[in-house]
Amino acid sequence: MPSILAVVYWAFAGLAVIASAMCITRRNPLASALWLVQTLFCVAVLFTILHAPFIGVLQVLVYAGAIMVLFLFVIMLLNLGRASGDLKGLVASAVATVLGIGLLLDLRPISHAGPPDAIVLPAGALDSMLVHQGVVGSVAGPLFDTYLVPFEITSLLLTAAIVGAVVLAKRKL
Amino acid sequence: MFTGATLAVSAVLFAIGTIGVLLRRNAIVIFMCVELMLNAVNLTFVAFAERLGVAGQIFVFFVMAVAAAEAAVGLAIILAVYRHKETVDLQHINLLKG
Repeated sequence: MPSILAVVYWAFAGLAVIASAMCITRRNPLASALWLVQTLFCVAVLFTILHAPFIGVLQVLVYAGAIMVLFLFVIMLLNLGRASGDLKGLVASAVATVLGIGLLLDLRPISHAGPPDAIVLPAGALDSMLVHQGVVGSVAGPLFDTYLVPFEITSLLLTAAIVGAVVLAKRKL
Repeated sequence: MFTGATLAVSAVLFAIGTIGVLLRRNAIVIFMCVELMLNAVNLTFVAFAERLGVAGQIFVFFVMAVAAAEAAVGLAIILAVYRHKETVDLQHINLLKG
């Protein structure tokens, strides 16, 4: 008898795979974008089950909320909603599928390549960390302590990206 | 608890993203497939973070920041190309072809 957590996990894992397959096969870019949002939501549920609830919330807010709205905005701005003939021909599709399955076979060993036991945390360590430091605190602590410099560099990267996007989008400076 | 299963799911999502990049011609949809691949890698990070500590979750945070920056700049580039060529179909964007 599988636990209810396992049932929820496999339901959303399956839904994520189905939604991503729909995302790459729909001809309409808008439908693709909405299936991708569905995939992102399912992956957010998986994050939450894997003891990363804050990352799950970020996934919904930043990915599904901000980035995908940007995509939908550009699709609608360019009026691509009725685009057809977006998929490549039969031969190219077959080659793509074969290459994809080959990649999957290459990646197969990863699913039973566990880290060495010496560096694995004791069972329930992350759970107790979430309880004691809070959902946000357990991520924010190391982020503003050990990883402070990369965090500041990220702000520099985002500023550069904003400036770059404005320069690219303006016709004349 | 689900480490092996999650790694398998993320491998499947990554492969589907790769197939999407090879399968589509619309630059924006290809871009969305790249986002799907980034998300599969995030899932791997979170799966290992469950066993090895929260550092993996912080890397997901950085990947999301890079993905946001990439989406902003990439979509601006696609808009600029569209203004120039009136299409986002990659079959017709072949300036480098001799």
